[in-house]
Amino acid sequence: MNIGTRKLLDRSFTAVGFTSIMLMALALLAVLVPIITGGIKALYFQGTVEHRTLLFNEFQRGDEAKLAVDAERSEAARKPVYEYLAAFDTELESLPFERKRALESEYHHVRDTLHELLGPLPGDTPPLLLRFQYGVTRWEKAEEELHNLLYMTKWDYSDPTKMATQYFAPRVDEFTGTSLEGLFGYVEEHLEEMLLPQPEFYWGFITDRSLDAHIFGGVWAEIQGTFYLAIGAMLFAFPLGVIAAIYFTEYAKDNYLTSMLRSANSTLAGVPSIVFGLFGLAFFINTMKVSESKSVLAGSLTLAIMILPTIIRAAEEAILSVPKTYREASLGLGATKWRTIMTVILPAALPGIITGGIISLGRAAGETAPIIFTAAVSVGATIGIADVFTEPTPALSWNIYNLASEHEAANEIRHVQYGMVMALISIVLLLNISAILLRARISQKLKG
Amino acid sequence: MHMTAEKTGQVAVDSGNDGATREIFLPPERKQIRDGGKPHVVAKNFSIFYGDFEAVKSVDAEVLSKYVTAIIGPSGCGKSTYLRSINRMNDLIPSFHTSGTLTFDGEDVYGKYTDEVLLRKKIGMVFQKPNPFPKTIFENIAYGPRLHGINDKKALAEIVETSLKKAALWDEVKDRLDRNALGLSGGQQQRLCVARALAVEPEILLLDEPTSALDPKATAKIEDLIEELRGSYTIMIVTHNMQQASRVSDYTMFFYEGVLVEYAPTKQLFTNPRDQMTEDYITGRFS
Repeated sequence: MNIGTRKLLDRSFTAVGFTSIMLMALALLAVLVPIITGGIKALYFQGTVEHRTLLFNEFQRGDEAKLAVDAERSEAARKPVYEYLAAFDTELESLPFERKRALESEYHHVRDTLHELLGPLPGDTPPLLLRFQYGVTRWEKAEEELHNLLYMTKWDYSDPTKMATQYFAPRVDEFTGTSLEGLFGYVEEHLEEMLLPQPEFYWGFITDRSLDAHIFGGVWAEIQGTFYLAIGAMLFAFPLGVIAAIYFTEYAKDNYLTSMLRSANSTLAGVPSIVFGLFGLAFFINTMKVSESKSVLAGSLTLAIMILPTIIRAAEEAILSVPKTYREASLGLGATKWRTIMTVILPAALPGIITGGIISLGRAAGETAPIIFTAAVSVGATIGIADVFTEPTPALSWNIYNLASEHEAANEIRHVQYGMVMALISIVLLLNISAILLRARISQKLKG
Repeated sequence: MHMTAEKTGQVAVDSGNDGATREIFLPPERKQIRDGGKPHVVAKNFSIFYGDFEAVKSVDAEVLSKYVTAIIGPSGCGKSTYLRSINRMNDLIPSFHTSGTLTFDGEDVYGKYTDEVLLRKKIGMVFQKPNPFPKTIFENIAYGPRLHGINDKKALAEIVETSLKKAALWDEVKDRLDRNALGLSGGQQQRLCVARALAVEPEILLLDEPTSALDPKATAKIEDLIEELRGSYTIMIVTHNMQQASRVSDYTMFFYEGVLVEYAPTKQLFTNPRDQMTEDYITGRFS
């Protein structure tokens, strides 16, 4: 091969390598940007007076005097709305039956939407669920609801050869000539005064318990549950894994049994996580009966089994990479094998062992399938440390899935879902960064 | 290297069979050794195997106490294997086994009831590559005494100081005992390893090519150190460097393909070898 071709090949490989790295970076960006922009909305948004009232009532947070002023202002702005409704209620009774029937269902729509916007209307029975006790808490939702109030969604079937097209018709047209006619214009005009939106930094999203299945409130229970499960898994898997790695590298003879154990370990690493989940249910809960039903303990044990192979492998690699000369030096001084392992080999292998451990910790924090049947509940309170043996817990990974698919108001609370994803990613990232720093510190200490 | 040679002051001129003359450096006049010369490491029909391969073939030799014995020979001749079998370092190799007997201080090294951990406490070893632990200088030296149950801070500090002084390293490191040992230069690290071995008060020092990874200046320092320690400890040193063997040792063993070809006082072996093979080797006809 002549020098020209060789250089050309070198250059083209450089180009290919650079391109693939750029693609990877772009993919990472494409994943992270929506998560961050979506997640930030859970923490920072235009909050309405309803949100501030909610925070005050449920968490006793906020400036009471200022809230009273706001409440009075918004009440004053809402008064005409209630008056429109009261007037129309009387008018409706006096209308001829046909006309009344025609208007009644649209009027229900109007009342429902106003309930969504402003909370319970005068004359409504006090709602039981928290989510119906308050109006919209976030301004961007208020704007959507306003649109629902002002327009009816209609479908145009005029061209039978095509699919029907959607269009919006002003709702006010239905009520022309009635006492409700003025309401629509008034609400459109004065919505801001009724809800008094202002930018809010809701740090409570991290530290508050959730209210009414995540409709309001924060995700502390999930964050705490994630920590419980991940740290619990580490408590079991880390010591066990390191001991197993020491056995494999230092004590196991090179025979059939050892190679069987090794390949069993590798196979375990490749088992899908849902299988671990089912195994956890069948073994830890149904057979061993570590708890009556789902519990943090059962979930931790299941996660521990799942991350065990990774920890063993990482610790094994780390121990094997300790120079043989350290071992010789220690044995040569008259140290026993055990002493050599504890005082020379393990300290030197520590950076690698810790890295493997923290990567596993991150994985345990993020896994969903193993905890579905063993530990996770979609709605739950924060549990004390003493309850981990018996109580299940919400956890970020499972609740993200739940909010994305099964939650009855999934569409209403996308911001909570994004916020949870951001919290989970932050936790895992934080763990990885601390692993890197810890490793760097220990390596520095070892290198001198 | 040249400087050390000048210091010894003695140069013998050897005329080989081909008529060319070569210079051989001879040991300087040595200090007298008291109560030495007793058989310390005694091999009787001692062979070492790796699986079926016989790496060292029926050696019969007595290493005398308090003297320096050098082991020379071409690569793969079994000299390191022999040295490492004295403190059972080869036990780490699964296929390793021996026949015949090797006694240290009258105790059978490979005896059925021999505790290799106790044995190694009496034998200090320094390896080819400096191998300090990734700990502080102090902790490196204190490691051995701690194994022996010395935990008193003051006693440890004393041992560290005397060991470092014996290894001629004290003045260079006394202000940074709490620094990591891996920050020292290669030569200093190797002297630290000597100090670490001395800290457990061994009866014998095994040096396995201790200067092969060092520059000439550091090598000279290690050689001076061996001279310093001579007479206090039995020293066995494996070396590739024949000039080094002739400079530092009282006795020399020459191994070739696992066989102990010749074992004689260094002066005699280098000036008047009995065996043709020895002569060919020390005059550089093969290596």
